[in-house]
Amino acid sequence: MRVNGEPQELLVRPHRTLLEVLREDLGLTGTKHGCELGECGACTVLIDGKPQLSCLTLPAQVVGREVTTIEGVADGGTLHALQESFGALNAAQCGYCTPGMIVTAAALLEREPDPSLDQIRHALGGNMCRCTGYLKILEAVQLAAAQRVTAP
Amino acid sequence: MSGLAAGRGHGAVGRPAGRVDSHGQVTGRAVYADDLMLPRTVIAKLLRSPHAHARIIGIDTAAAAALPGVQAVLVGTDLPVKYGILPVSQDENALAIDKVRYVGEPVAAVAAVDPETADAALALIEVEYERLPDVTSIEAALDPTQPLIHGDDEGAGIGANVDREASLEFGDVDEGFALADHIQEDTFFFQGNTHAALEPHATVASLGDDGRLTVWSSTQVPHYLHRILAKVLEIPAGQIRVIATAVGGGFGGKTDIFSHEIVAARLALTTGRPVKITLTREDVFYAHRGRHPVLMWVRTGFTADGRITAMSFRSYLDGGAYGSYGAASLLYTGQLQTTTYSIPRYRFQGVRVFTNKPPCGPKRGHGTPQPRFAIEVHLDKAAAALGIDPVTLRRRNLVKPFSHTVNHLRVTSCGLAECLDAVVAASSFADKHTLLPAGRGIGLAVGAYLSGAGFPIYFNDMPQSEVMLKVDRGGGVTVFSMAADCGQGSTTMLATVVAEVLGLEPADLAVVTADTDLTPIDLGSYSSRVTFMAGNAALEAAQRLLEEILEAVAAELGVDPDLLSAEDGSIIVDDNPDKGVTWAEAVQLAMARSGALVTSGSYKTPQGLAGRYRGAGVGPTPAYSYTACVAEVTCDPDTGFVTVDQVWMAHDIGKALNPLLSIGQIEGSVHMALGEVLMEEQAFLRNGLHRGPSLLEYKIPTILEMPPVQSIIIETEDPEGPFGAKEVGQGALLPVIPAVVNAVHDALGIRVDEIPLRPDTVVTALADLAKGGSGRVGPTSLPDHEFPPLFRVEPPADSPGAAS
Repeated sequence: MRVNGEPQELLVRPHRTLLEVLREDLGLTGTKHGCELGECGACTVLIDGKPQLSCLTLPAQVVGREVTTIEGVADGGTLHALQESFGALNAAQCGYCTPGMIVTAAALLEREPDPSLDQIRHALGGNMCRCTGYLKILEAVQLAAAQRVTAP
Repeated sequence: MSGLAAGRGHGAVGRPAGRVDSHGQVTGRAVYADDLMLPRTVIAKLLRSPHAHARIIGIDTAAAAALPGVQAVLVGTDLPVKYGILPVSQDENALAIDKVRYVGEPVAAVAAVDPETADAALALIEVEYERLPDVTSIEAALDPTQPLIHGDDEGAGIGANVDREASLEFGDVDEGFALADHIQEDTFFFQGNTHAALEPHATVASLGDDGRLTVWSSTQVPHYLHRILAKVLEIPAGQIRVIATAVGGGFGGKTDIFSHEIVAARLALTTGRPVKITLTREDVFYAHRGRHPVLMWVRTGFTADGRITAMSFRSYLDGGAYGSYGAASLLYTGQLQTTTYSIPRYRFQGVRVFTNKPPCGPKRGHGTPQPRFAIEVHLDKAAAALGIDPVTLRRRNLVKPFSHTVNHLRVTSCGLAECLDAVVAASSFADKHTLLPAGRGIGLAVGAYLSGAGFPIYFNDMPQSEVMLKVDRGGGVTVFSMAADCGQGSTTMLATVVAEVLGLEPADLAVVTADTDLTPIDLGSYSSRVTFMAGNAALEAAQRLLEEILEAVAAELGVDPDLLSAEDGSIIVDDNPDKGVTWAEAVQLAMARSGALVTSGSYKTPQGLAGRYRGAGVGPTPAYSYTACVAEVTCDPDTGFVTVDQVWMAHDIGKALNPLLSIGQIEGSVHMALGEVLMEEQAFLRNGLHRGPSLLEYKIPTILEMPPVQSIIIETEDPEGPFGAKEVGQGALLPVIPAVVNAVHDALGIRVDEIPLRPDTVVTALADLAKGGSGRVGPTSLPDHEFPPLFRVEPPADSPGAAS
């Protein structure tokens, strides 16, 4: 598979989840676990650009595919517009759901550069946050969308 | 202090800004406990009891210990020292000895080379149990024929299945009822619920190259963890370093000391290798320490024009199997009623019982959301009975700023009236209440909360918080504080306060937190204490630093230090802006003059916050925050489904040090409260099994359920708060719950006197109403329990009870 643009050839026990492999074998601890049962969305990564729960994904399912984690969202040292807006608007409090939120929202903005509030709500409906009440997250996605639309 | 008091104003305080530590959060670089990957780490796991109540006849760990890859196995007798977060409740062992008291109680632990081996080893441990009858309700716990959960165990409770009791009277309550024209009496039940922070608890422990033990944990209270590790491991505190890692949400759920923290530390000593233990989501539901289920009875006397003449309040708390913070939780269910309303005579009787369920403890609002729900719904019912609208009834009874309550609590700044006016106006409450179309309704409630508990949990005369500042030759300032940021923004608060005094940008400061080797004391991130207490300590440290620097600059420039100010990264002369020096130059002048630039500040709560009676230590605070909330709802009478359309919240927080973060706390409180009122239940079967220990079954609101919130910040500038600030973050949860319940009454005419207000509850109440009943759902009786004789306390002279 490719992870954040880099080819990775791994030998792992077949029952281990993509979440475990990312965190423990590849050191990509930005991807979090909140339940490991597909309930909370904290472990969301992008597989070929689509949000997927890494805790319910086996590495065998991603052979030859592109996995993007929070570590692969920025362009080198330049943060993604969502990373900037989440920081600027306090859309992350404890920060634990944030990687999953940001990659999910990043996929939305790729698909729909100018999403409505309802589209944002539905895209993030599977990502739980216990700190923010989600309102600043909604604003942060809108702000990032606006900045990307107006950016040269 | 010289003339450098707070309030000169450099622009950091009061400016909406992102967190200073957001970079780690948005990039995935923030290191939470489970993200620590030390070389040679072994994985520890806990064997948990499958029974709610059973004697342990024997534990055979031989097969587990012999399994290849297993490094160590522990049982209760390996950690015999009892502990508990409160000195009065030393009733827990890290692993159960002789008895288990709830499903999920840790019984044994293993450390192994990988998780699979650890799981296999747990399966090989044979525990022989002798089942005992399960005591899983308040009524059963108070029934003398039921078995004892603790018996006469030292450190546990006061006898039978009673953990703690209170029985207090302030003024002559019976006389107050005799003066009343209307007496309102109600019974309520508030179901337990839990924190459900997104990050499951995790701890890593390891011996350092100096041979000392280091424990990294997802904790809100590194200092208390440090104390208890020293006690239970029986090694000097100086040999232990505790570091709170980034905390992925706390809400009170990481303010107790947990089995896994002690076990990880013990196993690191035993194996000589780093040990990691991470709870599963199911484990977290059983670890709990969350909101107590509370049964409540309240009786209030009113004059015909709606003035309260007396209140009598009883609470029955289902504490679960251990004391935890329960002695304080019990008193919190009784103490703060008087902080919003002028109650001239007040009686509180309460009991916390042990049951065979996971221990309850503090969750956002600690012991006060339950009574707040009760009295705010109770007041609405009284308003209807008296023919007075709910806003007017509250206005007639509001507590006075700078006064004492009948139970000897000191009230200072109080913007409750302003909060009430603000939400009533913003929501057009008067145009809507009783006037919206059927199925739609609007409700109102108020609340108050502490800016930090007035007293530490173990008695001492030392400061509650200390902050240290160190300056680098390049001008960089590092703030050292033990306050653990669990998402509430305390790190940003510290940077903001120090930057304000020094004329710097908060984001340019370094903040080192929550490390017992590096940082001076802060008791922890609980009771909304950090802004007030660590904030004041930071303010003092920064003022002392500035004083040193200004003296050096004054000497260099030959001017009076009182003429100098720190602004925008420079020290300027007030009447001659061209004559200043840069901050970095100023720092170097001060170092050349007096050496190392290190200052400290500290905060102690003032004397005289509490009355003199047993229980008076719970409830006092240097300042109360105030809230008022309006909620508007739409109810579907066929399904019973309640949709919250909009919430208006006004919060007197003294001063918003960073309005963006303050609003974040308000919105988060509203989210958590909506879960508590509409869907969340930490409920158990009669055999002690959790009804739904997962995030699929235990419902928390998602982004799809979250309504718009209009947050209105009221700034009363508390005279003792840092820059006038008080708490934000817990108070805003309190009024949401009763506001929604009152709104549902307005929408449907039903009275739901129990939480959560589920769709089936609404349907049941509507069916009763349709049959000509009262449309009430809620508890109908109280347990048979005789409280101890009332302890009578004279009200203070400047309290509403003085004339009574």
